[in-house]
Amino acid sequence: MELNVANTVKWMTLANEKIQENKTYLTELDQAIGDGDHGINMARGFQEVEAKITATDYDNVSDLLKDVSMTLLSKVGGAAGPLYGTAFLKLSMAVKGSETLDFPKFKSGLAEALAGIKQRGKAEKGEKTLVDVWEPLVDYLNGQNSFNAAGFESVAKEAMEATKDLEAKKGRAAYLRERSIGHLDPGSVSSFYIFSSLAEVLKEGD
Amino acid sequence: MKKIINDPNLVVRDMLDGFVAAYPREVRLLPGTTVIARVDAPAANKVGLVSGGGSGHEPAHAGYVGEGMLDAAVAGEVFTSPTPDQVLEGIKAVDAGEGVLLVIKNYTGDVMNFDMAAELAEAEGIRVEQVIVNDDVAVEDSSFTTGRRGIAGTVFVHKLAGAKAEAGGTLAEVKAVAEKTVKNVRSIGMAITPCTVPAARTPSFTLEENEIEIGIGIHGEPGIERKAIVSSDDIAAELTEKVLDDLKLETGSEVAVMVNGLGGTPEMELYIVNKKVNEILTSKGIRIYDTFVGEYMTSLEMAGVSVTLLKLDDELKELLDAKSKAPAFRC
Repeated sequence: MELNVANTVKWMTLANEKIQENKTYLTELDQAIGDGDHGINMARGFQEVEAKITATDYDNVSDLLKDVSMTLLSKVGGAAGPLYGTAFLKLSMAVKGSETLDFPKFKSGLAEALAGIKQRGKAEKGEKTLVDVWEPLVDYLNGQNSFNAAGFESVAKEAMEATKDLEAKKGRAAYLRERSIGHLDPGSVSSFYIFSSLAEVLKEGD
Repeated sequence: MKKIINDPNLVVRDMLDGFVAAYPREVRLLPGTTVIARVDAPAANKVGLVSGGGSGHEPAHAGYVGEGMLDAAVAGEVFTSPTPDQVLEGIKAVDAGEGVLLVIKNYTGDVMNFDMAAELAEAEGIRVEQVIVNDDVAVEDSSFTTGRRGIAGTVFVHKLAGAKAEAGGTLAEVKAVAEKTVKNVRSIGMAITPCTVPAARTPSFTLEENEIEIGIGIHGEPGIERKAIVSSDDIAAELTEKVLDDLKLETGSEVAVMVNGLGGTPEMELYIVNKKVNEILTSKGIRIYDTFVGEYMTSLEMAGVSVTLLKLDDELKELLDAKSKAPAFRC
């Protein structure tokens, strides 16, 4: 794999498309167990991301990822803004100065991003948060020597679907305790859109 | 929904413009931000004190900006934490080289956004410390956070830490006062009617005509129980007892009392509540050093009241008495 400026812009553009398409769905998921603004906030944030990165010229992918981070931080709000903002900031810092990312760099960058999310949200796997998608993906990549788009997407999908059976321990849904079981975690679903977009973009490039 | 507003999506901006128009001698709005800062920020040779949070709790927090209290308050959307870039602007505007203390109410979003702002500020070479306020004894695990929520007791943290900063305390000393205040302050609220977020247009929750909710949060988060309305004396007694159960005051302790209206409660009713609170404390041999009755931490138009007790010692009493020019807390 090679993640460069051009296909990272494509990645974010496709992620924005999926989030806009599913804005109401994400909000409905959040209304069930949260405060009902996840779709609205993510749609606003990714729209700004696309606007920002398509209007800027980048020499390297790490600067691009840093702009993604800063835009999400300042435009999403709530808890999702700092979590996704931290994830992309850590990814950008891990690959600072890189013009493009190869598989080992992407793998270690994603592990850093996951560590950032866990530290920021004080969350661990199994607490019905987006960690439940990011951690299985990082674990999966650790067992791989090259990027397999189909495998990556299917791990993301399974992990996202598995949040349905979890009881929330973090975030607003935690108040519902066992009543949160049976609902997908909205943050895990938006994470799935981001990762499936990446898989689709990299698949095209194969 | 019937509200005296213009565009529901612009209520925060409109409010901030009106706020600075009202108090131009004390505060200014940092251009292009939602940050209200002291007019003389950064105040020289002084630790900066920054707080903030979602809007809809006025006069919190902008009303507490001024000499003797906060140096800046960062306003988020209604009931939504401000973003890190806005908090960072607040930090940068008040740092005079002595460092900045952030006073944060304990909600997941607020804690994360302020935490990120602190990291960004540190990356720019500003020393930043944080104190998290969690005075609400209603629920141990609230719907918004792990741990207790921050409500009206936050105003005492602003006052005492602000006085310490104004008196020339170092960052560590100002933080220690803020932490001591957090340790000694407890609150609980109740509501008789809900509130409506302007952009949402419908009430956040519903209460039956004759129903009240004890322990409700300042965003309408669920409390301890819903029941049929009882007398003011019974409400005051229940709230006071719940605070006392947690604060564990000995006979002879001295306290500051805050009876806070949630936005839609007549001042008359707040005084009626205070009458009973005063009676209970006095009967237990607890000395009331000072009392604050009014609107300090509201929840839009919610009708209801919260009771806050702050256990005082000599240091805290002196800081409570110190001068403040903040528009919502002049003393």
